[in-house]
Amino acid sequence: MDKRTIIGSIFFTIVLVFILFAMLMTHPFGDISESDMDDTIIENCQEETGANNAVTSVVFDYRGFDTLGEATILFTAVAGVILIFRRVLHD
Amino acid sequence: MTEMSKVVRTITSLSFPFILIYGLYVIAHGHLTPGGGFQGGAIVASALAMIIVAFGSKWVLDRIKEKNISLLESVGAICFILLAFFGLTYADPVFFKNFVVDNPYLFGQVVTDNAANINTAGVIPLMNFAVGLKVIAGLFVIVLVLAYASTAMEGKK
Repeated sequence: MDKRTIIGSIFFTIVLVFILFAMLMTHPFGDISESDMDDTIIENCQEETGANNAVTSVVFDYRGFDTLGEATILFTAVAGVILIFRRVLHD
Repeated sequence: MTEMSKVVRTITSLSFPFILIYGLYVIAHGHLTPGGGFQGGAIVASALAMIIVAFGSKWVLDRIKEKNISLLESVGAICFILLAFFGLTYADPVFFKNFVVDNPYLFGQVVTDNAANINTAGVIPLMNFAVGLKVIAGLFVIVLVLAYASTAMEGKK
């Protein structure tokens, strides 16, 4: 075995151990330990935002700042594509 | 990408308006039914990608410049950020405040007994339109530029 294979297998083992630990330590699926925020949004979203769709009221109202980040990602993608292919487009 | 056969082009022209209407419906009813600006915009953008595949990117670029589409995308982004900043001008200033709701304006009503009342939700439908425009123009220009670049580079080889 050459050096790169040994180093690669050591890193792979370390990452695998951490992933296994993380999988064992995850929160059990469907078990709600703290549901205060969910209950607040479900009870108040219709009066506060006026929307019948609770998911949209979270995406565009309660967590609007995250949506701004998503929009920024799309803008960056468009800017990058046009920047890379500007010579091809204007030849 | 050159244009495809006449059968593909005819089927594309027939099914394009229906996909377009469905995507615009998902955008416009984002505050009532599942979906919203991102999802509806992706549907409309996939219809436009179908046009690019069937007719060829050169055919599309002859009719609309990629500069204008990217301008449309920026207009959507600016509308979205302006709507967010308008929340700061009201009493109790909050970024992304829903300032339209509970007012007698368009989209100003609070939820009534009728679950399909489209005249509700305040600023959310307006943001849906802005994000929808942004996603349509953004995905369309990405697909268009990539398709045109692949054909142009093949020709050079």
